[in-house]
Amino acid sequence: MALDVLTERGTSLDKQEFDWRDLVRIPYSKLDDDAFTRVRVILMNGIESEAVRFGHAAARVNKPLQLSLARIRRVEHFQQTMVNWLNPPDQNALETTIGFEQVAIEVTANVARNEPDPYMKQVYHFGLLEDFDHLYRYSALYDRLHGKDANTLLQCYTDVLPGRPTSVEHRAPEDDLRLPYDRARADVLTKIHATTITAAEQMTHDYYMTIGPTFADPLARQLYAEIAAIEEQHVTQYECLSDPYETWLEKWLLHELTEVWNYWCCYNAEGNPRVKDIWERFLSYELGHLHHVVHLFEQNEKRDVQSILPKSLPKPIKFESQRDYVREVLAREVHLRANGSEIVEPDEESEASLAYRQRMNAQGSPSEIVAAGWVWSPAGELTPKPTGTDRKKARGAQQEARR
Amino acid sequence: MKGSKKTLEGKPEKHVNRTGIALSPVHAKELIEGAAHTHPSMSGDETGIATVRAAYMRDAEPIGSIPPPTNVKSAAKVFTVERMAVLLDKIGARLAFERTGTRLYQAIIGKVESGTPFEGGPTLERLTQIMREEQQHFELLREAMESMGGDPTAVTPSADVEATLSMGVPQVLHDARTDVHQSLEAILLAELADNDGWAVLIELARSLGHEDLATRFEVALEQEAQHLRDVRGWVKASTLAVSKTARAGAPATR
Repeated sequence: MALDVLTERGTSLDKQEFDWRDLVRIPYSKLDDDAFTRVRVILMNGIESEAVRFGHAAARVNKPLQLSLARIRRVEHFQQTMVNWLNPPDQNALETTIGFEQVAIEVTANVARNEPDPYMKQVYHFGLLEDFDHLYRYSALYDRLHGKDANTLLQCYTDVLPGRPTSVEHRAPEDDLRLPYDRARADVLTKIHATTITAAEQMTHDYYMTIGPTFADPLARQLYAEIAAIEEQHVTQYECLSDPYETWLEKWLLHELTEVWNYWCCYNAEGNPRVKDIWERFLSYELGHLHHVVHLFEQNEKRDVQSILPKSLPKPIKFESQRDYVREVLAREVHLRANGSEIVEPDEESEASLAYRQRMNAQGSPSEIVAAGWVWSPAGELTPKPTGTDRKKARGAQQEARR
Repeated sequence: MKGSKKTLEGKPEKHVNRTGIALSPVHAKELIEGAAHTHPSMSGDETGIATVRAAYMRDAEPIGSIPPPTNVKSAAKVFTVERMAVLLDKIGARLAFERTGTRLYQAIIGKVESGTPFEGGPTLERLTQIMREEQQHFELLREAMESMGGDPTAVTPSADVEATLSMGVPQVLHDARTDVHQSLEAILLAELADNDGWAVLIELARSLGHEDLATRFEVALEQEAQHLRDVRGWVKASTLAVSKTARAGAPATR
């Protein structure tokens, strides 16, 4: 479905209302809903969290915008509440973590695949392979702490394999900086992608920082500390991608456009009718926010908004397994490192990053310890690997059952 | 001694439990007086909470559905699909519990290894044997599930609910600050639930005409009953050991 964001005005801000019962809905089912429903809930929670965070930052340096920011931010806050509260209570913090990493892999892979700028694409690949490794480490933790299988959450959409080892992802701050797109020349999809992935990574960082200390196991606490540090690096990396010379209003406009685009992607893909209703409602709310900001932009900046907004929304995220794409990137780019703003061969790494990494791993690496000797297998490593005889017996039993 | 810390002045740090009001007589008096002169912000009682819960229960959907057998045709020969689904749900619950149980015993073995032995306490040999039996029970259930056309990798609703129910058990066992006694109490909780789970599963299998399965499960229950007896004994012995060495104001011994 195409969407003309310039003519579709959505729900006006005055009509965007909630009450507590409306906000707190029946959650999705951890067992029965498609894994991509969880992916979309986690993603949109991150997008709304970024909207609120951006709104506060903007308000602190833009007195004339404070009222509009406060009004829209109030709605964004409630949107985030309704979305985040869709996570079910039987989904524990480690299970939600596995969901976060699935978002980081599947959504980033989608973004990389569609990204028109080759430098940006390379940066997304770089981050993707690190998050890919985090999923492997957390899956090992899930198996070794609880005897449970991460694939019950991932539903076979995402591989559980080592990526760029987390232990080598630790870099000096200067090697996490990247180059921005040029606001005058960049494709609008490039701008939306940068805002989307920054939002998702920031939420991941904040989530790990909140739930890390709730774990009792000392290694789990260390692992969350370690991976939260990488998420902080990722936020540093991704936030560099947006042009720092965009005005506050231009950035606000792009945030609203990003929200519209993401809800539109979710609405197009959602299979759960109750959740789909929420995506539709919030798509309409975001169109309302966008047009409110369009009005402010035109009033304040005296520029044509069409120089920033596209007539129709660009290519949507496809919420489907990106296994083949991820495997290709993994095979080609897993060995790469970063130096300054560039993605480089391992022998070109900076001394600063090597020294920093050595210091951080001086007393061992939690991500290495947790997954030592661990390979994903159905139902976890406690399940004996089937021998040839076992397979024969199983086939025999199946044939017997059929008779 | 483990757990003994020094203050900046070089004196041993004093452990003081600060949770009770008796420790703050002046503040406690003010606190109580302040509350006594206050009216609730709204009249009523706790039944309002039940009303909200009831409204959500009316709209709620199940935690999840039972994964259908992969071979419905063969299953239908013996039971109706629905009745068989109940059995698969409960087998799935025990299967998940035994797998997690193996990890729990791994954790307590680590605790016992680094703790101080006490009279009547668990030996590493016995704990390792129990851990292996937990894994064997998991294997038994996995095979049972497969033979009935079920998918042993799926999480059944009962397995999910039992995992939610026992979330605190690994949390206690994995905490570096808990001692062997506290960890044994966590294991006791798990064994109590597990024993009842097996007993119900055996009755269910038998009521559905699966005598062979019930007989195999009974062997597992006998072992689980022995686990329970052992753990009860260890909890009792560790409580007595703690009581002999405990001093008022001292932290739990390790």
